[in-house]
Amino acid sequence: MRTVKRRAFFVGMKHGLPIAFGYFPIAVAFGLLAKANGLTAVTSILMSALVFAGASQFIAVNLLATGIGCGEIIITTFLVNMRHFLMSATLAPRLDPQPVKVKSLIAFGITDETFSLVAMEPEHNRNPGFVAGVNTAAYLGWVLGTVAGAMLVNGLPAILQSSMGLALYAMFIGLLIPGLKGSKANLVIFGLTLVLSAVAYWGPSWLTTIGKGWKIMIITVVACTLGALLFPEEEKKDAR
Amino acid sequence: MQDSQGLLLVLGMAVVTYLPRLLPMLLLSTDKLPSFLKRFFDFVPYAVLTTLIFPEILFSTAQPASAIAGGLIAFGLAYCGQNLFFVVVGGIGGVFLWELLF
Repeated sequence: MRTVKRRAFFVGMKHGLPIAFGYFPIAVAFGLLAKANGLTAVTSILMSALVFAGASQFIAVNLLATGIGCGEIIITTFLVNMRHFLMSATLAPRLDPQPVKVKSLIAFGITDETFSLVAMEPEHNRNPGFVAGVNTAAYLGWVLGTVAGAMLVNGLPAILQSSMGLALYAMFIGLLIPGLKGSKANLVIFGLTLVLSAVAYWGPSWLTTIGKGWKIMIITVVACTLGALLFPEEEKKDAR
Repeated sequence: MQDSQGLLLVLGMAVVTYLPRLLPMLLLSTDKLPSFLKRFFDFVPYAVLTTLIFPEILFSTAQPASAIAGGLIAFGLAYCGQNLFFVVVGGIGGVFLWELLF
């Protein structure tokens, strides 16, 4: 039993490697930025280890630099990271029943990237060992990258940094495309979300000024509500 | 900034980040969801992925053109059913080559 669990964990870690590679250079950048803005190495590494949420950490350092107080930063962090609520709620029913301890541990590792990967692995995501493995790989990439950034004097070479900037997006594409094949409903959701995202980015200013965390939540809720209304029945699975 | 103040900030951020991750996991897991909600959650990964990719991918590298080049390569590889690792490496390689050549 124990070896079965351990195997699932390592399979998860292997699947999570692209996330770790995507996180690492971003975490290096975070460590450098935090240092440049007067955070000690201990503080920035602790932040990555305990908060483990990229966008909000960059925002926090940014706000600190402009002299905004800790209370406001914590509220902003909450608003930015509230989107994980929806992701946790999506993963929860798919997971086999687990003790609270295991669920608490798995919940800590939910990020945009780990969620996307785990949600797209229907044959694995019932298994807590697998999910924990994915989360651990991502976590190590993020924390070790922060350590490297906090210690490093210079950043990565510019062209490498630029190329690595695409890593997480390439991974998102790799996760998304297979799920769109042979599913009309998923394709419609994709098109709908594309339009909504474009409007939220280039549309009227009252829309574009909404924070990214809120945009993800609002767009997801609108698109998925429409999807559930338009396609209430589960599609027949095609042979894949 | 002092270390004690930094620690307080980190702890506060950690708590407010963990709660939205934890609560649905603890409260939703055992319930049988109504079918509308089930369909809703079926679609969440696709909507989240799409809105994470677009339009931010365009600004993820030094120039939108290289991001599009890398993105198209990743798309092609993913469409052909390639392993995720090769999709990512191919995408990064596409950006690297584009910026090296143009």
